[in-house]
Amino acid sequence: MNVTIVDYQSGNISSVINSFTEVAKGKVNLEVTADLNKIKSSDKIVLPGQGSFKSCVDSLNSINGLVEALNEFAITNKKPLLGICVGLQMFADVGFEEIETKGLGWISGKVSKIDNQSGKFKLPHIGWNEIEIVKQSKIFKDIENKSHMYFVHSYEFIPNDKSVISATTDYSSKIVCSVERDNLFGTQFHPEKSDKTGLKIIENFINL
Amino acid sequence: MLKNRIIPCLDVKNGRVVKGINFVELKDAGDPVEQAKIYSDGGADEICFLDITASNENRDTIVDIVRKTAKECFVPLTVGGGVRTIQNIRDLLLAGADKVSINTAAVNNIKFVKEASKQFGSQCIVVAIDAKKVSDNKWEVFTHGGRNKTGIDVIEFAKQVEINGAGEILLTSMDKDGTKSGYDIELLKAITDSTNIPVIASGGVGTLDHLYDGIVKGGASAVLAASIFHYGEYKIKEAKEYLNSKNVSVRL
Repeated sequence: MNVTIVDYQSGNISSVINSFTEVAKGKVNLEVTADLNKIKSSDKIVLPGQGSFKSCVDSLNSINGLVEALNEFAITNKKPLLGICVGLQMFADVGFEEIETKGLGWISGKVSKIDNQSGKFKLPHIGWNEIEIVKQSKIFKDIENKSHMYFVHSYEFIPNDKSVISATTDYSSKIVCSVERDNLFGTQFHPEKSDKTGLKIIENFINL
Repeated sequence: MLKNRIIPCLDVKNGRVVKGINFVELKDAGDPVEQAKIYSDGGADEICFLDITASNENRDTIVDIVRKTAKECFVPLTVGGGVRTIQNIRDLLLAGADKVSINTAAVNNIKFVKEASKQFGSQCIVVAIDAKKVSDNKWEVFTHGGRNKTGIDVIEFAKQVEINGAGEILLTSMDKDGTKSGYDIELLKAITDSTNIPVIASGGVGTLDHLYDGIVKGGASAVLAASIFHYGEYKIKEAKEYLNSKNVSVRL
């Protein structure tokens, strides 16, 4: 099996590479690339994302044919794709970080700033928070409800169709922190930095 | 609910841990990779490396250590010490650091913080502030491990740090550092009250109650400590269980 981590110069993806390398050891062939042919022939794709929504979308668009290749992979061919952090946020139609920016439009909804209730909640939301599993997701196999995951973000994904939400976390309000729709998976938290529980989620995705 | 973080800090000089953990099970007490692994297995919420190597020639050593550690520890890794250029940050992030802490370079030029956070994202830019009390409720920013006075007010500087895009502040009291008499709670409170980004408390921890005070009285989002963990006085797990018993929420 070929798993590809999309390297579109979206900031620091070393931790994603390290954790997938650890889990993939001897089981799957892991590629880190933006090569369109490799992406198209992959079995699974990981779409990381750090920095702002706008900077990530701009980076995706700067690689000729990348968005089309991802659309073909995830929407036309319905092959498994995992978005992490801004990688998940880009599933939305639109994001409001820096300026209004069009997303991939895979799961209808928007990405807006977390309401910090006039300074009552510090932003970014940094650290370990419990996840509340609201729908059984394939990547949560053997993951206990209320497990701790590592978060770093100031913006949240608000999908229109709430049935895609697989987990939320409590910070100022119930923030969507995981979604699953058919072959599309996304986590707002960083499984690659969430210790053994996070590695288990990565393993679940690889084993799909 | 967001948990308060416990962050053990390892001082690294020329690739070796200074004041390392004294655990019997350690094969090599000076190996930063092995010590980081012990902390991460022991429940540390994050690991911090502070590179205190004096010379620039040895900069590559810390990058190499980060590279090895990041392959074995799957919790966030923050690296600071001698970070002066965008290239320094890029090297550390590519090696596997999740956050980079900037100290003197931020004091010399606050726009460096802006440039760094714009380029790499606020989530990986921490500004380390070394503060010294100058009068009642007034602290000044110091650099070079507390040797150089800057004349800059800490509260004003912390606000600037936030405005220029840092994701977190690592606040060290130079008066308290090494004393084991507890954090400077007034300083902490002054900074956590006047900024809206998370503050990591540092400098002065000698007991588990000091960790409690930093979070509850000082308003810190995370507490950093070195010697109480290094010398095996307390394990990370003990610190967390203690805080939990006093109703401070931690990741157990």
